Amino acid sequence: MSTDVAYYIPHKAVWPIIGTGGLMMMLAGFANYLNGNSIGPTMMMLGLMIFIVMLTGWFTLQSSESESGMYNHGVGISYRMGMMWFIFSEVMFFAAFFGALWYTRNISVDWLAGIGGGPGKSSNLLWPGFESVWPTNGPGNVGGDYEEMGAFGLPFLNTLLLLTSGVTCTWAHHGLLAKNREQLIKGLMATVTLGFLFVGFQAIEYYEAYHEMGLTLGSGVYGSTFFMLTGFHGFHVCVGAIILSVVLFRSWKGHFTPENHFAFEGAAWYWHFVDVVWVGLFIFVYIL
Amino acid sequence: MSAVTVENDDHHDHGPAKGFMRWIVTTNHKDIGTMYLVFALAMFFVGGVMALIIRSELFEPGMQFVEPQFFNSMTTMHALVMIFGAVMPAFVGFANWQIPMMIGAPDMALPRMNNMSFWMLVAGILLLFSTLFVEGGAPAAGWTMYPPLVLQTGNALPFAIFSIHLLGISSIMGAINIIATIFNMRAPAMSLMKMPLFVWTWIITAFLLIAIMPVFAGAVTMLLTDRFFDTSFFDAAGGGDPVLYQHLFWFFGHPEVYVLILPTFGIASTIIPVFARKPLFGYASMVYATAAIAFLSFIVWAHHMFLVGMPLVGELYFMYATMIIAVPTAVKVFNWTATMWKGAMTFETPMLFSVAFVILFTIGGFTGLMMSLAPVDFQYHDTYFIVAHFHYVLVPASIFMIMAGCYFWLPKWTGNMYDERLGKLHFWLSVISVNILFFPQHFLGLAGMPRRIPDYAVQFADWNMISSIGAFVYGFSQLLFVYIVYKTIRGIDCEKATDEVWEGASEHGLEWRLPSPVPYHTFETPPDEIPTEHF
Repeated sequence: MSTDVAYYIPHKAVWPIIGTGGLMMMLAGFANYLNGNSIGPTMMMLGLMIFIVMLTGWFTLQSSESESGMYNHGVGISYRMGMMWFIFSEVMFFAAFFGALWYTRNISVDWLAGIGGGPGKSSNLLWPGFESVWPTNGPGNVGGDYEEMGAFGLPFLNTLLLLTSGVTCTWAHHGLLAKNREQLIKGLMATVTLGFLFVGFQAIEYYEAYHEMGLTLGSGVYGSTFFMLTGFHGFHVCVGAIILSVVLFRSWKGHFTPENHFAFEGAAWYWHFVDVVWVGLFIFVYIL
Repeated sequence: MSAVTVENDDHHDHGPAKGFMRWIVTTNHKDIGTMYLVFALAMFFVGGVMALIIRSELFEPGMQFVEPQFFNSMTTMHALVMIFGAVMPAFVGFANWQIPMMIGAPDMALPRMNNMSFWMLVAGILLLFSTLFVEGGAPAAGWTMYPPLVLQTGNALPFAIFSIHLLGISSIMGAINIIATIFNMRAPAMSLMKMPLFVWTWIITAFLLIAIMPVFAGAVTMLLTDRFFDTSFFDAAGGGDPVLYQHLFWFFGHPEVYVLILPTFGIASTIIPVFARKPLFGYASMVYATAAIAFLSFIVWAHHMFLVGMPLVGELYFMYATMIIAVPTAVKVFNWTATMWKGAMTFETPMLFSVAFVILFTIGGFTGLMMSLAPVDFQYHDTYFIVAHFHYVLVPASIFMIMAGCYFWLPKWTGNMYDERLGKLHFWLSVISVNILFFPQHFLGLAGMPRRIPDYAVQFADWNMISSIGAFVYGFSQLLFVYIVYKTIRGIDCEKATDEVWEGASEHGLEWRLPSPVPYHTFETPPDEIPTEHF
């Protein structure tokens, strides 16, 4: 192999320490807020601002380096591997919550009702008359009465939106590869719009749950798993849509070539990951 | 695979930044490796002081020095600091220093993220230490943080949880970087099955980290929402189950103990062949055994939970699955022994530590096998037998091999030989005291002394006193290590190290073909040939 291909090794990175400081301040502020200290919210906001400044600065630096041709094929492979394994770590994060849902639905609620080989019949003494059903807010009726969230209203519409956005994202990628800038920009605009639309509909869904159905985060283990799973997913949709917006902005400015467009690919992978998680959610949280 | 030369963003300045800023903004794998190792050493002593507080209180029956709540905080913090602050960072430090040099790469693949990964670690540990000063004291429910007990923690709880999030981010970034480096930056001649075993063990460790840290983050996030946002994940009244937390935790926790031991195996597999002056016995089987251990580590977690009330079929499954781990582990111990067999051995300090590791790790492994038997574990569970077991696999295994790695590579890094006489003194003090410290804990546990208590029945007094004496001798012996390292780095009364450092080492690893001390940048062009001695 040729040895004249240079691997770009940057020196003197200032953004990592700034980002770390910002994130630490944000989390320390959040912890203070949870403990009821008045300094909390201010600290949190300040930390968040520093973190956003870091993201802006670091990504601006990266994109200008990329556009000036400092990243060759080898660097691109490192970035792609990094993104790939980052997404895998996100998959495992969601796996923890899906696992919690699975365990509750298939094992522990039964045990609470005295069914199965776990604690045996002792639960019947602790919680007499509790029957194993799903959804449940437990033998203590924690959070009060609620209605179950149906699958075929807004959630189904959201499924269609998100699946369509996956298609438009790929369509944009084809435009990029075919040097069709208009298709790239249109495709990305559609994707970002669909993404934010999804978040909007989810906000409506949450509003209805809280105000009309009595379903809250405090509605026992059903409310916990429902809101934590869909909530973390919604957060990831927001992040993905913001990343895609940045990619859209860069596409407007004429960045990316068919050979060099890691930012687009990384964002697209992330978007498809968010898509797949939603399909899992739709099946296991809403339908089943 | 890309063959690479280095391009810097400032061609006029190939050295480090001046002054203190060098360490804050550095992207150099050697600088970052040094920071990781120095940080780990500092945390080793902080965690060590906590351990000595524990052992002081347990020196005699009755309450002596500390409040029970603070005692429990110390056991909790000692574990968290040693795991996330000392052992894991030390291994990442070695990875940073050694992996690029071992595979002939100019640096880590993602140098800016490398810097961030270190500082996230510092931030996480700072948040963890902040819990010592908040109302209600540091977390005291044990490092496993089982609900519902942990939910009674005072103001420390959110700080501890966010600290775990930061430490998790740090580990994941470090692991991603290591994977990208190993897959993308190897010298053209270095195929996967020609990599040194330290590199192999680290790549498998990196996969473990990426798979488990997010699960841990998710589990502690559920603790946070259970405490502050009314969720019922671990609350039976709401349909949840505290045991769910234990499943999630040990899905992380069991592979985590292999995160702490696999790089140890890698260092041992690097050191033993050099001093036995033989190739490593069974290279391929070592690789496969490591992979097998890593795979099995994901399917045995509930052997930590034999007493929570699992169905019988669960107990049986987790018991047998756990026993299977003994097979690949035994392959490794056999291979190390076979590597030494009929070798022209010499016993410099790194080799002494390695030999002690093979023997003492085997003791720790066998007690592990004993505990894998579910009915027998009913007796051992939450006793000092468990404490003795995991300290045998963490102190005379992980910590010893970290020490061995320092003695082994310091001459290469600094260009100075360490003081062999003092090194041997450090070894003998450590190996004797560590056994005085932990071996009696087996007896205490079998006799029924529970762990995580500040006071105990008088029949446990003698062995506790002996254990505490061992603890203090071991703890203070480590100051000698600091002195030796300092002396070597500063070059005070030291011989200069040769480029090869150890006789014949350049046939065992690429790093020994570089000058001593290694220049700031190495392998700006990949090496044409690689050593073949480890097959």
